[in-house]
Amino acid sequence: MAEGTQPLPTPVASGSPAAAASPATAAIRVRDFNLWYGDFQALFNVGIDVTQGKVTSLIGPSGCGKSTLLRSINRINERLGYVRTTGNIELLGQNILAPGVELTPLRRAVGMVFQRPNPLPLSIRDNVLFAYRLSKGGKTDRAEEEQVIQQALEEVLLWDQVKDRLKSSATALSLEEQQKLCIARLLPIKPSVLLMDEPCSALDPKATRAVEELIWKLRGDYSILIVTHNMAQARRASDECIFMLMGEVVEHNATGEMFVTPKHQKTADYIEGRFG
Amino acid sequence: MKNQTVDPRRAAAAPRSGGEGAAAGASSNEAARFTATSLDQRNARTERGFHTLFLAMSIVLILPVLAILSLLITKGAPAFSWEFFTEPPRAQFTEGGIFPALVGTLWLVIVALLASVPLGVAAAIYLSEYAKDNALTRLINLAIINLAGVPSIVHALFGLGAFVLFFDFGTSILAASLTLAIMTLPVVIVSTRETLQAVPQSFRMACWSLGATRWQTIRKVVLPNSISGILTGVILEVSRTVGETAPVMFTGAVLFTPFLPQGVLDETMAMSLHLYMIATVIPDVPPEVPYGVALSLILMVLILNSASIGFRVYLRGKKKW
Repeated sequence: MAEGTQPLPTPVASGSPAAAASPATAAIRVRDFNLWYGDFQALFNVGIDVTQGKVTSLIGPSGCGKSTLLRSINRINERLGYVRTTGNIELLGQNILAPGVELTPLRRAVGMVFQRPNPLPLSIRDNVLFAYRLSKGGKTDRAEEEQVIQQALEEVLLWDQVKDRLKSSATALSLEEQQKLCIARLLPIKPSVLLMDEPCSALDPKATRAVEELIWKLRGDYSILIVTHNMAQARRASDECIFMLMGEVVEHNATGEMFVTPKHQKTADYIEGRFG
Repeated sequence: MKNQTVDPRRAAAAPRSGGEGAAAGASSNEAARFTATSLDQRNARTERGFHTLFLAMSIVLILPVLAILSLLITKGAPAFSWEFFTEPPRAQFTEGGIFPALVGTLWLVIVALLASVPLGVAAAIYLSEYAKDNALTRLINLAIINLAGVPSIVHALFGLGAFVLFFDFGTSILAASLTLAIMTLPVVIVSTRETLQAVPQSFRMACWSLGATRWQTIRKVVLPNSISGILTGVILEVSRTVGETAPVMFTGAVLFTPFLPQGVLDETMAMSLHLYMIATVIPDVPPEVPYGVALSLILMVLILNSASIGFRVYLRGKKKW
């Protein structure tokens, strides 16, 4: 299984033409991907590349399939039972839709952050260690755990606030802290990709800012795909931007370019707020 | 009182709701905007009416409980004595106590719980966490609903045929308890399933997305957060099991045995059957004795329940969302 990705050199500043990623640097490659919920087709021939070590944002109006696409990448959609797909999704060169792909290691490699912070109803400590302990089959020693906790919480800039109350309940934290904790609990199992489904939409502007800064800090070590409704957020906190409409990818470009000179009329209309 | 705080908002909302309110809102000037219109007054009257109705119904609900308790206490308490709880019946049930029945009912309840709780909880976990919505699941649900609707005397006959005769347990605690277990299984399954489904889906999503299997999710997150609800189902089951007469009458309970049960294959006395017999069949029983037995039956339910209620309160204190 892929251990964490190599940190890339300092990512190129947004605005550079990095849209068409070469296969070597694509963390996620989606090709000809169609998805049906029962009889309803939600995604049409989707093809995207998510560049390794970059933040890519998925924008588009509600119901355009952004979240569906995101949830296909860790295959959490499948629990619904009536979902059908065709096409390919490659994660670090491996097709995750191939038969024989085990979901547990896949989900360890693909961390997911949800719209509403959802720390488990356990202590802060147990939250951070949850996935780590599962990945070790429950055999972890105390010293190792302490180190893992500190490292993960430091990485999400939460260590100083919570180091004295690791045993208190995670659900008592503020929403901002909860969301950071939800990111922190992914890190000990060294995912290569982080999927974020509107990670800031339940947060106030200050907390949004803080989480965005955190996302920006994590880029490089992780390839990050964010679904967002917030144009300003897509603009300031992503390297590349993908615009989707009615289940199709309309445009994929470097964020700077997309917001300044969108290639498609529909993209222009959307980012200027004329619909959606 | 309440109306004063609600009315202004209503009045302000009235113009948007159309009809009479809209006309009134449009014609009134700025100052009169937050006063009650005739529509508001009518709404307020209806509101008060329903409030009173529902309150009255709730009070009516507790009256029978109070009546039963006070009747049992006034008539039954004189029968209570140390001997009443520690002695077997003597002299054709006119003297002595209810000790063997008390012990027998405890046996029945505990063995029934041991059989039905693991089975019911496991079934509920399957239905809530694993089952897809397919023909099999629908069939199971149908079976549960029907099982809950079967009259207890039918369960009794089934228990007689299946456990006493076919499996050859004889009239025994085992046969009676299994009959009770089957009878109360739907209660455990339904209440457990509802509790499990009350655990927020976001917890499961979080667990799955962290690479936990379904069982790990259930074990670490779902069950710890639903244990108090599961206990509620168990409490309901205990109450029902203690009081049932018909299922034990044919399968394991006897009118009188001087011996305490030594194992699950012994037959036993039971409180419910004892009460039924001394109240209707046995002549010359002092009048306070049946009430005393009934009161002890209720006290027994209360004691068994309060143990699990206490445990539940303790667990709820640890609930973390």
